[in-house]
Amino acid sequence: MSIEVRGLTKHYNGFKAVHNVSAKLETGSLTALLGPSGSGKSTLLRMIAGLEVPDSGEIHLTGREATYASAKERNVGFVFQHYALFKHMTVFENIAFGLRVRKQKEDEVRNRVFELLDLIQLTGYEKRYPSQLSGGQRQRVAVARALAPRPEVLLLDEPFGALDAKVREELREWILRLHEETNMTTLFVTHDQQEAMEVASRILIMNHGEIEQDGTPIEIFDEPATHFIAQFVGETNYIDTEISEKGLAVWGPFRFSVNPGLPVNQKIRIYFRPNDVYVTAQFETLQVRAKIAKTRFRGTVIEYKLDIGEDKTISAQVPKGVALASGFKEGQEVYAAITAFHVFPIQP
Amino acid sequence: MTQETLIVSVKGDRKTDPARALTETRWVRWILITVALLFIALFLLVPLAEVFTSALNKGFSYYFGAIREPDALSAVKLTLIAAFFSVWFNSAFGIVSAWAITKFSFPGKNLLITLIDLPFTVSPVVSGLVYVLLFGLQGLLGPWLQAHNLHIIFALPGIVLATIFVTFPFISRELIPLMQEQGSEEEEAAMVLGANGWQIFWRVTLPNIQWGLLYGVILCNARAMGEFGAVSVVSGHIRGLTNTLPLHVEILYNDYDFTAAFAVASLLTFLAVLTLIAKTLVGLKYEKERQVLPPRFESELP
Repeated sequence: MSIEVRGLTKHYNGFKAVHNVSAKLETGSLTALLGPSGSGKSTLLRMIAGLEVPDSGEIHLTGREATYASAKERNVGFVFQHYALFKHMTVFENIAFGLRVRKQKEDEVRNRVFELLDLIQLTGYEKRYPSQLSGGQRQRVAVARALAPRPEVLLLDEPFGALDAKVREELREWILRLHEETNMTTLFVTHDQQEAMEVASRILIMNHGEIEQDGTPIEIFDEPATHFIAQFVGETNYIDTEISEKGLAVWGPFRFSVNPGLPVNQKIRIYFRPNDVYVTAQFETLQVRAKIAKTRFRGTVIEYKLDIGEDKTISAQVPKGVALASGFKEGQEVYAAITAFHVFPIQP
Repeated sequence: MTQETLIVSVKGDRKTDPARALTETRWVRWILITVALLFIALFLLVPLAEVFTSALNKGFSYYFGAIREPDALSAVKLTLIAAFFSVWFNSAFGIVSAWAITKFSFPGKNLLITLIDLPFTVSPVVSGLVYVLLFGLQGLLGPWLQAHNLHIIFALPGIVLATIFVTFPFISRELIPLMQEQGSEEEEAAMVLGANGWQIFWRVTLPNIQWGLLYGVILCNARAMGEFGAVSVVSGHIRGLTNTLPLHVEILYNDYDFTAAFAVASLLTFLAVLTLIAKTLVGLKYEKERQVLPPRFESELP
């Protein structure tokens, strides 16, 4: 079942929560809706679920118009950030809720609930109350409850936001496996880009109520479409300079060949990732001289703050093995080149 | 130097409980406790004992006689009727108003919150007078009511109305903060699971507020049965007809039948004690419910 939104807009007292958003999610896809807080991602998700009414635009589920359809007609599963489990009901009754309100037969309800308990690996917990479960278990019950009425779409609002790092990691894996098994069209909201990259095959990035980029994790990471994406996704250096002659920009000792279409004197911002800075102890080619001003251990990589003269510094990341083999240390003279970068004109 | 003093005090009598480092010295504590207990004894226990000794000073048969007397029984009946209506009306209104205030935003919301408190701030006598001015013979609606042969003032409807008015805030004031704290996530979850409004209310909202509601009902009931001022103004004090228990006590007292007055008063006292016990039990349960609310932020966002 596919999800399609067209020109969806929702304003609150003049604040553009979601503005003219269009997107189409194919049947069986697993998509992340990524953005900083206040970017409108939750509002968009809630409109698809029918928890908010859009000001204008359309929502289509499996090709059917469902903009103002009731939650029952939409047949979507929704998982809340803080679980929203019914705290006065047992795990069994929580999962059974969506079946009971549809007046299903008792033995069908039992079968379905036990099937789901097995799926979430909580068989034997059916008589417990939500308060007797850990955060991760509660969230799994919340997922089972959403899946019980066999929805055609699964929507998750910051599903791992309230959990600690380790549990979050496990649940991510679990959601991935669940998606592989059920192949249900899934859309989840997150502010964590790592999570979006690891789980989703496609990412929609929202900012100020609009979708700024729609692509695979690799596209989002390597080909940022806007200033915002360039600095929001992954770590990056940015420098401000201007076009000095056709197709060329200079910043300190570095020279960047840029799109020749940009006019001379155009102010630009150049983004490049710390791991796209190539650092060697010996001069190889096209490198500039730099000095290691500071070293920071970051686990799998080591980060260096490079002093390139004229009071200018950039940060570079080198895989730990390479860094150890090269024997870099603070104060050492090295050579650096920027191997990949993105240029965005600065609008005056 | 400071360090030394610190070690000494830690090694002293406060080493077991760090919180005790904040409490007063022993004799200050004893004085405060004694004063508090003396006040309770003087203002609560002595009068309570007095009610029962006075009620029983002519023996048990007189006591039960006073209670079983027809006017007393009719007062009991009237009190129960007034309490019954005010509990039901105020439960319905309390749920509706708390729902409206916590789940929607609408113009006049703050005004409504303020108005709910009005019966607490207005003297009961004044609220009784308002009903007389509205429904009395010389009142705004008096002629119309007279023409249609409807009796409100000096009759049961007036007593019920006045009782409802003075007990108006109890339930809604209990429910509003509770429902605010609970938010509407569970209702939203029920909605996306396909429940209709009725199912959401009966299966999700009501079970979540049941103990708070019961707590409010107990307070509302106690006040409804004990209300004197407002009811006194609208009742007309017709013996066996428009007298509630508190009014009946007053009449007996004014007739110099002190023993009977205290016997009937002891019924109200029993009610008060029962209310206290029920309130404590429900309160304990209610506190427990509130504590098992899932922690909203288990570990904050990274």
